[in-house]
Amino acid sequence: MQYSKKVLEHFTRPKNQGEIENPDAVSTVGNPKCGDIMKMYLKIEKNEKGEEYIKDIKFQTLGCGAAIATSSMGTELAKGKTLKEALKITNQNVADELGGLPQQKMHCSNLAAEAIHKAIMSYQDKK
Amino acid sequence: MKNIYLDHAATTPTDKEILDEIIPFFSERFGNPSSVHTTGQDAMNAVDNARNTISKLLNCLSTEIIFTSGATESNNFAIKGVVKAYYAQHGKNAPIPHIITTAIEHHCVLDTCKSLEKEGLAKVTYASVNKDGLVDVEKIREAVKENTLLISVMHVNNEIGTMQPIQEIGNMLEELNKQRDLEGHKKIYFHTDAVQAINYVNCDVSKLKVDMLSFSGHKIYGPKGIGALFIKKDVKIKPILDGGGQEFKLRAGTHNVPAIVGFGHAAKRAQENKEKNDSIQEVRDHLIDRVLKEIPASYLNGSKEKRIPNNANFRFDNIEGEGLLLSLDMEGISASTGSACSSGSLDPSHVLLALGLRHEQAHGSLRLTLGKNTTKEEIDIVVEKIKEIVERLRKISGNVLSEFEK
Repeated sequence: MQYSKKVLEHFTRPKNQGEIENPDAVSTVGNPKCGDIMKMYLKIEKNEKGEEYIKDIKFQTLGCGAAIATSSMGTELAKGKTLKEALKITNQNVADELGGLPQQKMHCSNLAAEAIHKAIMSYQDKK
Repeated sequence: MKNIYLDHAATTPTDKEILDEIIPFFSERFGNPSSVHTTGQDAMNAVDNARNTISKLLNCLSTEIIFTSGATESNNFAIKGVVKAYYAQHGKNAPIPHIITTAIEHHCVLDTCKSLEKEGLAKVTYASVNKDGLVDVEKIREAVKENTLLISVMHVNNEIGTMQPIQEIGNMLEELNKQRDLEGHKKIYFHTDAVQAINYVNCDVSKLKVDMLSFSGHKIYGPKGIGALFIKKDVKIKPILDGGGQEFKLRAGTHNVPAIVGFGHAAKRAQENKEKNDSIQEVRDHLIDRVLKEIPASYLNGSKEKRIPNNANFRFDNIEGEGLLLSLDMEGISASTGSACSSGSLDPSHVLLALGLRHEQAHGSLRLTLGKNTTKEEIDIVVEKIKEIVERLRKISGNVLSEFEK
């Protein structure tokens, strides 16, 4: 598999990996059939301006090298961002930050932005 | 870091001694065997020698060995060739012939059958296998129809290493063909893809009672790009490549002389080396025992008993195979998986799914295929690495799968 150095780094030493106890938002994307499942946990607080932002974010991922690396990079991009900013993160941003992904991985394994959006939206729906 | 290669079902290194035998046939003894002059005839002799050696391995006539570019071509040739001959004999408006194969064949057999179906040239039954990946002889017999032309069953499965009851199918078919002869029905041909079998099991074609048998050089420590199809002399078959009259007018194209020479030597060694199987099996059993004992929620895919000596295929709960493969590769260990993620397709291995495994189980598979030089020490290193990697990946995956198991 032709993975960039950055992908391999994030695959071997993923950032923000694990669970958050009592998270404010959770989401799961992917499915067992295609082999990649990604779960995101978010802790949301307000900053000085009163905007809600992602205080902490963690992931659990069952999946290939790309799925784990994109989870790691996605959480890195989202951490500290306001919910409004985080909703602007795209799967393409995640792939770009990783120095690109093999073509066949772009659709099946690049799910982090989707997972973050889903978590934020379910949080906003609940309110 | 020393590399540990455990993917011998994918390909094997060409033996150094074989390589030495091959090299003169590139620049010194470079003749075209179809040429009448001495240089050409020297090359033809080399081809004939290789053909003789290979015929001894299969216990057949040397004229029954047709060289091809590899097992993919051999399988295409066997299946398409008999269908072509059928229409040549009976006319293009003849009833559509029927082929029986299995759900766990290599893609070059499955896709050949599918393409014949698509073109409306054949109807195909894909026999299922049991949870151990074994074909049931009775199921094959039940699938036979009046218009059945060919049965194609692989000798050994490339992913899970299961040995199919080829001889039993051959015996069953011999009886059935006698009966069909009395009833005025066409003889059913029997083809086997033996590419993974040659190194480890007896491929005496008179014992197996097969009409055609495919195999190749690079799986038996010979060169890539060379294979052969054994075709019993009374089989009605047409070539699928048009051109020169090489290979008894059955396979056009200039002989790949260096590869044929190497293939011959590899076949000779395969025959001599069968006694090494016991030591390979001992190392392989050590691998299976350690993995199943030391790694929680690990399983062996395929039959424990009806399995070639060098194959181990595991699956691990809450693991995706590509991540495992990638991590092993970073440690210098070459392996293979049935996960879709490593193949570029969306579905995991059709073989593992045919065993009745769920997609997520098939995604979590790891195939390790040993070679004649694999040591117990190497296996111990590999087991330790697998343990570490599985633990690490399971920490990352948590139990996200549980949400889908409601």
